[in-house]
Amino acid sequence: MALFRKDDTPMIDRYRWWEIIGIYAGIFAFLFFMLAPFIEGFLVSLKPLAQLFSTPYSFWPENGSFAAYFTMWESVPGFARYIFNSFLISSVATIIVLLLVVPAAYAFARFSFKGMGLVLAAFLAVSMFSGAVLLIPLFRLMRTLGMLNTYWSMIVPGAAFLIPAAIWLLRTYMMRIPRELNEAAYMDGASQFYTFRRVILPIARPGIIVVAIMTFIGAYSQQFIFALTFNSKTEYMPLPIGLYAYFGKQEVIWNELMAASFVGIAPALILIFFLQRYLVGGLTAGAVKQ
Amino acid sequence: MTSSRSAWVFAWALLAPAIIYVLIIVAWPLVETVRLSFTDASLRKVVNYVGWRNYEKIFNETFLTVITRTFIWTFFSVLLKMIIGMCGAVLLNAAVPGRNLFRILTMPPWIVPMAIGIFMWGWMYNGQFGMISGLLQRFGIVDGPVAFLAYGSTAFWATIVTDVWIGVPMVTIYFLAAMQAIPKDLYEAAWTDGASRWTRFRRITLPLMAPAIITMSMLSLIATFNSFDIIWILTQGGPSGQTTTMIIDTYQVAIGSKKYGEGAARAVVICIFLSLFCLAYFRVTRRLHAMDKA
Repeated sequence: MALFRKDDTPMIDRYRWWEIIGIYAGIFAFLFFMLAPFIEGFLVSLKPLAQLFSTPYSFWPENGSFAAYFTMWESVPGFARYIFNSFLISSVATIIVLLLVVPAAYAFARFSFKGMGLVLAAFLAVSMFSGAVLLIPLFRLMRTLGMLNTYWSMIVPGAAFLIPAAIWLLRTYMMRIPRELNEAAYMDGASQFYTFRRVILPIARPGIIVVAIMTFIGAYSQQFIFALTFNSKTEYMPLPIGLYAYFGKQEVIWNELMAASFVGIAPALILIFFLQRYLVGGLTAGAVKQ
Repeated sequence: MTSSRSAWVFAWALLAPAIIYVLIIVAWPLVETVRLSFTDASLRKVVNYVGWRNYEKIFNETFLTVITRTFIWTFFSVLLKMIIGMCGAVLLNAAVPGRNLFRILTMPPWIVPMAIGIFMWGWMYNGQFGMISGLLQRFGIVDGPVAFLAYGSTAFWATIVTDVWIGVPMVTIYFLAAMQAIPKDLYEAAWTDGASRWTRFRRITLPLMAPAIITMSMLSLIATFNSFDIIWILTQGGPSGQTTTMIIDTYQVAIGSKKYGEGAARAVVICIFLSLFCLAYFRVTRRLHAMDKA
């Protein structure tokens, strides 16, 4: 892995030694801010309970161990279930979003009719009205549809608020597919639908995968408020709410809670390392071109 | 292309499912919120139309304080996100070994489940066991333990810091991308003319990044204004309401006290502010777009 590329940044004048020290000091301060909660959480998960409650505060674990990572499965009841629920909710939400967004993004990328610009703007506006503002009617809607206290109460509203970003990303990606491909297909007598399904979809697959990943991460990390409001059944709780409920109890076993949190964020952290290229590309795709 | 009529039908057929879904889950609730704000809806079965009474009720001193606090909270959070995000982008753009790794390491706050990151902040702010209070005591900056979430003023800033922490990775990466899109020969020309690194930043980087900074500030403003999870998990709006923003207030009235009508009136006020931000955002991006073309 190339750690740095020279062509990326103008290497006009070389850094002097004190500038390099300054840059590294700045980077480490910045990264410390970004990672401090994880450092603290990890250290807490290693510390024995007695040390957590002793004064004065000590930074490093004494007699630290990974014991909490084994005991938490019993102390945080339903932990495995929470993780499963989180994955299930995020996966179904991602599938719904993709089914809706892939055709829509293609329409926005390829066709331009009166009113389409307005529809696109409306989609973007939607992402700005967070679910928190619309909770009352959504609550009543979920109740009418009989979705309260089911997985659907978290999936259905959650998916709606993931749609705008997904459309935006995928539209940008699909606009880069050459128009000539469409025209060649029409010349061969292919229908609009056939062209979309057999010509465009296969080419757009990498873009669709990026959008799927971003949507899944979004769903996995932002399922708090709908779960808090629409579901009170332990067996359907996603991880954040499961841990939050545990938080509210009297005797919280902190080292185990932090161990559980770490196991809960591990999938996301592993994903970052494998997918960071796509993530950065995806995040900035719509941005720079604006 | 085939006949434009069939293309028209096809395009709208592709759009229809997404449009219908968003109409049901977002647009209809938006309209319903407005309708409910003129009623006394609650858990009771009978719902009466009450005119402007909910609005008259909420426009008292407490609500005005909540609005002011929300704006101050949002202002400082967005300002800090922009400053720290810009510092991060400049640092991560420097050609030093290890920077790809450093770039990856900025991302966790953005990618991990938000609530879990906030739990960890909750522990850091803890007076008795938390890292911040512990280290401050170690270095003799404070005498005794500081329970950051127990006092209004510290809790207010604690929630801002956590909100900044969650927002910074995205701002940084966005700024980094914008920075790298600036043509390199501009820097080379300035360097030939003897411009120092600071002058180059001030005269080339900052002006050329203005569109990115404005766009990100607007998006960040909307996201921060809507922020719920952070305050709810850390303080639930306390102590004694001193971290209650409009979203938290609405949630407490509507979902906590089940006063749907009064909650809806508050939600409508939030929606009015959001619509104004939205309009401003579209105007600004359109103007920037036009400037790009010219």
